Parts: sequence; structure tokens; C-alpha cells
Amino acid sequence: MITARGLRKSFGAFEAVKGIDVDVRRGEAFGFLGPNGAGKSSTMRMIAAVSPITGGELRILGMDPDHDGPTIRGRLGVCPQEDTLDNELNVFDNLYIYGRYFGLPKALVRERADQLLEFVQLTEKRKAKVEDLSGGMKRRLTIARSLINSPDLLLLDEPTTGLDPQARHLLWDQLFRLKHAGVTLVLTTHYMDEAEQLCDRLVVMDKGLIVAEGSPRELIEKHSTREVAELRFGVGHNETGAERVADLGERIEALPDRVLVYSDDGEEVIAKAHERGLEPAAVLVRRSTLEDVFLALTGRTLVD
Amino acid sequence: MDLAGKEVAVHGETGAWTGALRQFDYWWTVFKRTWRAGVISSFVAPLFYVVAMGVLLGGFIEADPDQLEGATSYLAFIVPGLVASHAMQIAVGETTYPVMGAIKWHKTYYAMLATPLQVRDLVNANLGFVMFRVASACAVFMLVLAPFGVFESWWGPVLAWVSQVLVGMCFASLVFAYTVRMRSEEGFGVLYRLGVVPLTLFSGAFFPIANLGPVLEWVARLTPLWHGVNLSRMFSLDTVDWPLAAVNVLVLVALTAVGWRLSVTGLAKRLES
Repeated sequence: MITARGLRKSFGAFEAVKGIDVDVRRGEAFGFLGPNGAGKSSTMRMIAAVSPITGGELRILGMDPDHDGPTIRGRLGVCPQEDTLDNELNVFDNLYIYGRYFGLPKALVRERADQLLEFVQLTEKRKAKVEDLSGGMKRRLTIARSLINSPDLLLLDEPTTGLDPQARHLLWDQLFRLKHAGVTLVLTTHYMDEAEQLCDRLVVMDKGLIVAEGSPRELIEKHSTREVAELRFGVGHNETGAERVADLGERIEALPDRVLVYSDDGEEVIAKAHERGLEPAAVLVRRSTLEDVFLALTGRTLVD
Repeated sequence: MDLAGKEVAVHGETGAWTGALRQFDYWWTVFKRTWRAGVISSFVAPLFYVVAMGVLLGGFIEADPDQLEGATSYLAFIVPGLVASHAMQIAVGETTYPVMGAIKWHKTYYAMLATPLQVRDLVNANLGFVMFRVASACAVFMLVLAPFGVFESWWGPVLAWVSQVLVGMCFASLVFAYTVRMRSEEGFGVLYRLGVVPLTLFSGAFFPIANLGPVLEWVARLTPLWHGVNLSRMFSLDTVDWPLAAVNVLVLVALTAVGWRLSVTGLAKRLES
């Protein structure tokens, strides 16, 4: 569906994407993860065939976005990071008018618009003004709009940013159903739970480059240990505690409130710590998550 | 339901007209939403101008037709110029804030560009809508003015109307090109104060540009609005100097073409970075 080789994007002297290779296959859910400024959105805009590439090669649905932009866009669904719904129009008209941009017949667009409102559970809001919708409803409407042309490929740029947990889960359910209906999904996110829930495969981007690639499971196996032991020595004692357990794990992280020991056997780490006479106030053993991978790869430093 | 793409053949690359026509439903809803406000600004306000300046103020003005470019009364002189400058004002109004809104505030253009539509199609449809606004406003205006007995033939006002539409398109495309290069609406203040207002006052709508003196008269002749005012007046008063009319039309058409080109390149640069 998507093939990129050495794909680059510059804005003046600033290089947002510094040469990435990506392959997205039909029917899969593919994720771009990364902190702010990693180049995810720039990559998405190039894939959406609205931003010319600076260098490298990009094929979308087998076509070159430079020459076949309109044809490619005709087969894409795009759910942008910022809502671009028309606030002056009601819910139904937002779908209807957008569908007409694709050159679809009026009757067909009306029929699909009603089906999609049903799908995103907005049928009751059919005549409502977009302004009066909640953030979650707007996002669902945006997703419905992006499906009006029955796209082969659906692009979602941070689909659940800013939504409350209920709205997020509802959206995830809907995206999951879409995937099962055979729609190829490409999404960006900085929520690790979202990536774990939705993505078959993903890449982690940092500073314009891909730093890791694989399924969530593979990434955890490759870039983290099976388990993580969390030891809380109390404020001010975590640094010294960390030094004394440093050899117990493959990797150690001392945070202000706790020490993370990355190991394949968390219970053993804790047992050995106790053998050494350490008495952490609280301990916890958990499985490694994608978040551990993410932080290991992109660091804890804030990038804004 | 069929969520995955299968049955619908979506047409990608389109001709220049198809792309613009696909936005018909959108602009139709914009029209339905704004026409009431448009009636006030398009018909009522200019009518006040005609009554106040043409009839009431004009009542004090007695001049030889030679001094009024062939008009038998000040009212007959001022009407074709007023409609032409009104065409300019509608065009400028429709291509400043609404266009910036579609880029910056409502992001309508971004949504449109995510579909098979191209920048060229966006510009064509938007300018098409402005043309409709200008054409309908000027047509009604001219019809309302007909009973005042200011037109010298039946076909002249029709051609005058065409030239008013041309004025509108000339300014719409030039100002569109200006707006897509603006980062904030502050540029519009400059446009109005240094562009629209002086053009309205000094391009021959209210008085013959001969009154400006030889140097300024030539400056006035270089402004696009004068070409429109002159066309509109020659046709209305049946005093057509055909070679001059050809020059007027040529200037307006050429500026429209340049403005259109700059609009497409400017908007592409703005949206497709």
C-alpha cells in the first residue's frame, strides 16, 4: 500500500524527515510513534499526497504522489490532527458536501452519509450544528467523513489526542471494526496503549529518523526486558538504592520516585534486593510495555 | 455495511471544470447562508448612495454634458461609476476575510485538498462564487436604476453590466492572490486604506478624471478601476469609443489572468508545503 525509500522532507534549512524506509501492507494497522517533532505529521502529510517530498522515493497505492496526487487522494481517507470540519454546516451536510468533492453521485453520498452516521453513533445528531458537538463527537464525525469515499487506506493523525477515556475506547472499537472490514490503517500517536491496542506493526521515530521497527511484541522483546521491577526507596533514597541494585538488571533507571530494574525475572530482582538487606517501601513487578521501549529509545527529555 | 473500498469508483484527476463543479454543493450552502446579509450590502447600501449622491447632491450640480463625459445629468454620470466601484467592493470583501478564513480559521481549504480536488479547483470555484455574487448584485442594481432614466439604450446597460462583472473578477483574482500571501488580517487594513478607498474616490466614479489635472489624470488612467468605470459609463451613456473600450477590456482581462495565476501559485505554496 505504501512504500518509502530514503524519504526526506525539509522546510528551508530544517530537516523534519531525514531519510526513512517504510512498507505498509494491505489490511494491516501500521503506527508511527514518536515524541513531538519526530517527523510523524510531516510523514503523514507526504503520504496523504498533499505535501511534496523533498527527497527519496514514495509510492502510495503503487502511484507517485507527484504525478497522481488527485487519484491517490481519491482512494485515501484522511483524519487530520486538527479538526477541519465545517462549523457552519450541520453534521449530515459535513459528510454530504465532502462526499461530493470526490465526484460521487448525490444519492450514493446521502446513503453512505447515513450509514456512516450510524457507524459512528451520531445518527441522532444528524441535524445538529458541528459547533454544538463534544470533542469526541467531532472526532467521530471526522472519521465518518474520512470514510465517505470507501477508502482503501485510512490515515489518522493522532486520532484520540484530547479525548476522554470513554471517547477513546469508543473510537478504538470503531477503528478495530474498520480494520476487520479490510481497511488498511496508518496512524500516528504518542499514546503507547493506543499503539499496543491498534497496531499490528509500528515504527518509532525520533528526530526525523526511524529508530525501531516491528510488532509491539517484537519491539518489547528487542528493546526491553520481559519484566520490570519497580522499587520505591522513598524520596531522596532512590539514587543510593539504585547504586546497590545496579548489577541485578540489564538496565537500571533511577527516577525521583522510584528505581526501575529491567530484568527477565522481576521477582528474582526483588528477592536479591532483600538478600542485600535493602528494604524498599514498596515493590512492584510488571511486564515491560511499549512505553518502556519508547522511553528507552527516545529518552525522557522533553522535546517541544 | 461496506466500510472497505470496493463498489465506488472514485475519479481522481479531473478537468478544470469538473473539479470546480464538485464544490457546487458547498458554495450553494454558503450562498443560502449568506444571501440575506448580501441583500443589504449589495442592494440597499448602494441604493442609498445613488439617492444621496446622485439625486440629492446631484441636484445641486449643473454641468454641461461635455464636462460630464457625455452625461446629461450628474445622476446619469455617477450611476455607472458607482456600480463599477460597487463591483470592486463586493469582490474585495469576498476575497479578503472569507479567503483567509478558509485557510487559517476554518481550514476549509485543507479539508478540500485532502480529496481529489486540486488547488486550481479551489481557486476556480471560489472565484466562480465571487463572480456570481458580483454579477447578481450588479444585475439587480442596474435593474433598480433603470427607472431613473439614466441609460441611453437597452443594450448599453447589458454591456455595462458585463464590464462591471469584469471589474469584479479583476479585483477578486488580484486580492485573492494578495490574501493567500497574508499571514494575518492586518494586511487588509492597508489594502482598504491604500487601495480600495483611494480607488473608489479617485478613479472617476464620482467626478471626471479630467478634473484631476493632467498628471493625476494619467495616474487615474493606470488604475484598474478606472478602466471598469470608463467601460461601464461609455456603455450606459452610449458614448462608446470602441478602440478605447478594447484597451479597457484588455487591461481588465490581462490583470484577471495575472491575478488568477498568482492566486494558484500562492495558495499552492501556502497549503502544500
